[in-house]
Amino acid sequence: MRFSRTSKALGLAAIAALALSGCGAGGTAAGSGTTGGDTSKVILVDGSEPQRPLMPADTNEVGGGKIMQMMFSGLVSYDPNGKPVNELAESIEGKDGQNFTIKIKKDQKFTNGEVITAKTFVDSWNFGAAAKNAQLSGSFFESIKGYDEASAEGSTVDTMSGLKVVDDQTFTVELKQPESDWPLRLGYTAFVPVPSGALADPKGFGEKPVGNGPYKMADGGWQHNVQIQLVPNPEYNGARKAKNAGVTFKIFQNDDAAYQDLLSNNLDVLQTIPTSALKNFKSDLGDRTINKPYAGNQTIAIPEYLPEWSGEAGKLRRQALSMAINRDEITKVIFSGARQPAKDFTAPVLDGYSDSIPGSENLKFDATKAKEAWAKADAIQKWDSNETFTIAYNADKGGHKAWVEAVVNQLKNTLGIKVEGKPYATFKEARNDATAKTLTGSIRAGWQADYPSLYNFLGPIYKTGAGSNDAKYANPEFDKAVSDGLNASTVADGNKAMNKAQEILLQDLPAIPLWYQVAQGGWSDKVTNVDYGWDGVPLYYNITGK
Amino acid sequence: MTTYILKRFLQLIPVFLGATLLVYFLVFSLPGDPIVALFGDKPVNEAVASQLRAQYHLDQPFWVQYLLYLKSIFTFDLGQDFSGRPIAAVLGEVFPVTARLAIMALIFEAFFGILFGLIAGLRKGKLFDATVLVASLIVIGIPIFVLGFLLQYFIGVQLGWAKPTVSSAATVQDLILPAIVLGLGSFAYVLRLTRTSVLENMSADYVRTASAKGLSRFKVVRVHILRNSLIPVITFLGADLGALMGGAIVTEGIFNIPGVGNRLYRAVLSGEGPTVVSIVTVLVLIYCLSNLLVDLLYAWLDPRIRYDS
Repeated sequence: MRFSRTSKALGLAAIAALALSGCGAGGTAAGSGTTGGDTSKVILVDGSEPQRPLMPADTNEVGGGKIMQMMFSGLVSYDPNGKPVNELAESIEGKDGQNFTIKIKKDQKFTNGEVITAKTFVDSWNFGAAAKNAQLSGSFFESIKGYDEASAEGSTVDTMSGLKVVDDQTFTVELKQPESDWPLRLGYTAFVPVPSGALADPKGFGEKPVGNGPYKMADGGWQHNVQIQLVPNPEYNGARKAKNAGVTFKIFQNDDAAYQDLLSNNLDVLQTIPTSALKNFKSDLGDRTINKPYAGNQTIAIPEYLPEWSGEAGKLRRQALSMAINRDEITKVIFSGARQPAKDFTAPVLDGYSDSIPGSENLKFDATKAKEAWAKADAIQKWDSNETFTIAYNADKGGHKAWVEAVVNQLKNTLGIKVEGKPYATFKEARNDATAKTLTGSIRAGWQADYPSLYNFLGPIYKTGAGSNDAKYANPEFDKAVSDGLNASTVADGNKAMNKAQEILLQDLPAIPLWYQVAQGGWSDKVTNVDYGWDGVPLYYNITGK
Repeated sequence: MTTYILKRFLQLIPVFLGATLLVYFLVFSLPGDPIVALFGDKPVNEAVASQLRAQYHLDQPFWVQYLLYLKSIFTFDLGQDFSGRPIAAVLGEVFPVTARLAIMALIFEAFFGILFGLIAGLRKGKLFDATVLVASLIVIGIPIFVLGFLLQYFIGVQLGWAKPTVSSAATVQDLILPAIVLGLGSFAYVLRLTRTSVLENMSADYVRTASAKGLSRFKVVRVHILRNSLIPVITFLGADLGALMGGAIVTEGIFNIPGVGNRLYRAVLSGEGPTVVSIVTVLVLIYCLSNLLVDLLYAWLDPRIRYDS
């Protein structure tokens, strides 16, 4: 737990210390190049086959996302602690939180020589949002005025009226409504600029993407299902300059094989230690491991459209469930410390996080209170003792079975009701029932941050009608509290308001927060300077040979 | 002979149609919308989803989808997978790798299986015979993934004799360990089959006659015992090639081999119908062709077999 303490100290002090000492938050000597190491080594790391062509706005999963982050550089990027730092942006100004003027740096180029201007950004964003281009991450532009027209089904409008080019270096953005944390989002993959060739031939581009980031793709670098080779981009001059001679992502079908490769030094960095090795990896790898919380969590979403779970009785029952789960025990026994018990709906690495929001006692294990709450709910609406409460999960990946079974047993023992795990054979079946409102019980859910902001853990999941609102939770009071947060003039005020909104969630519990994700990775004895970022992804550009 | 082969090839047509129809139907009936799954747990943009559905014909009824797929086969354009790549190119990448693996496994199991089986049969009841019998029983009893993990850990990680996973090129050298793992089960089976068959032939009249007329022991074994014993073994090996190619999925997973099994597994999970059907169809064709080859080999092994209609 070396790293857990850093999570709360994410203020300016930490950033300053980081810059001064050249040390990452991890304590392993990561950070700037002053720590030395062999910069001529090509780093071999694990990856997964991207599921779509490598277009930034069409990439929404981790396999392709990691590659896109390394090949492209947007207006801002996030430092290891999740603070945005300007990359292409000279300045982003918007006092009212609704109208932004963005100035970009001069003489920025893609690796094919094309110059990046304000128009490049506007064209790229319009392309990502327009329905006719069918980009999976299009909804990231939804705050911008004109998004609705451009993204409507069958729409022929291919520009958003909120984006205007002022001159080569300047463009303005008008949002539909004030959103104080909007500039925080600009480091997400969907917001990077793409060269004009990409817009003309997205499919061809997706095979051999050309970017402006710290790395570029080697010639014939993408060998499908086998590996993706990236080499440093010598012209890149941002904060994430490569300190190695390249990064090769070897594509693995299962983590166990990757772990065997790591043990025999055939792989340099393994991002996530497989569940099967969690008990041994520390003795196998010695001090070549990391254990660091990142911006992700796991929950159980309980749809309010199920009659037993609606109204006051439903709310009491959800509180009872939440208090009947012993999070400490499961994180220790099942995960060997690879998770941390949740105390709110967000994640501890985020700016504004608090572990003592009023209502967080509902996330503490308390068998007596749990039984009381359940009895109270029974007084309002009797629970049919023949009914089985199910926790659905997808069995094809993610290793959810073990913890679901553990939660099932704890609920059974504490509340004396029938509970069962309900495996879906594939992720797509589970998603189908969740989006089509045909769930018959609860479903495991969770969130990996797209950008480091409390809002990202609240708005997209719990706002009325939000796209990822599996519980179909709808509470105008909460909606208002969240929009208050977005309207706040400073980030600090915004964070306070977001935590106010969380107080409502902690009573309603549309989803029961379980634990925060902790990155547990390891590396071979051939590399050094390995540290992870706020999002649980290794800072590949910093890794050097020994 | 030619008419026989021609007939057999004509038989492939209904097999091909039946296999594609059946597999396409099975993939079609899998629950869940593959396009919704592409969005992960992010919001589903209906405008984008409906376009993607149209692009992959997922908005069409089953028969239309199937006929469109058949049409795409006859125009030698198998369509695209979800990452926008031609399926034909995907097949061209994965099949050579798995074919190499399966053929290596086949050579391993055929050579050692027949050799050990022959020796065991000729020395029935001796130490060698008893040892291989017990050993083969153990190999048949242990599931392939257990064997795979054990060999990967001890030979790959502990001893360092081979890499625990194959390199990007999946060379013959890389594939030796996986091929042994893949072929082990069948190796034990071939061994036992050969042994039984050799024992049977050793007591046959023509072997006694051959020995009686003074033929050398070597010639008796080679021409009269081994050749006659091979017929059931060849039948098994022919069927096994198809099974090895399709069944390499576990081995490919353990050793991270970028072959057919891995791609098929991913395609099934993500619901990429055309990719699944294309891969399975090629597997079915390989199975049929290797069976045809076996039938033709019979005549070479046993001249009494004729192919005239």
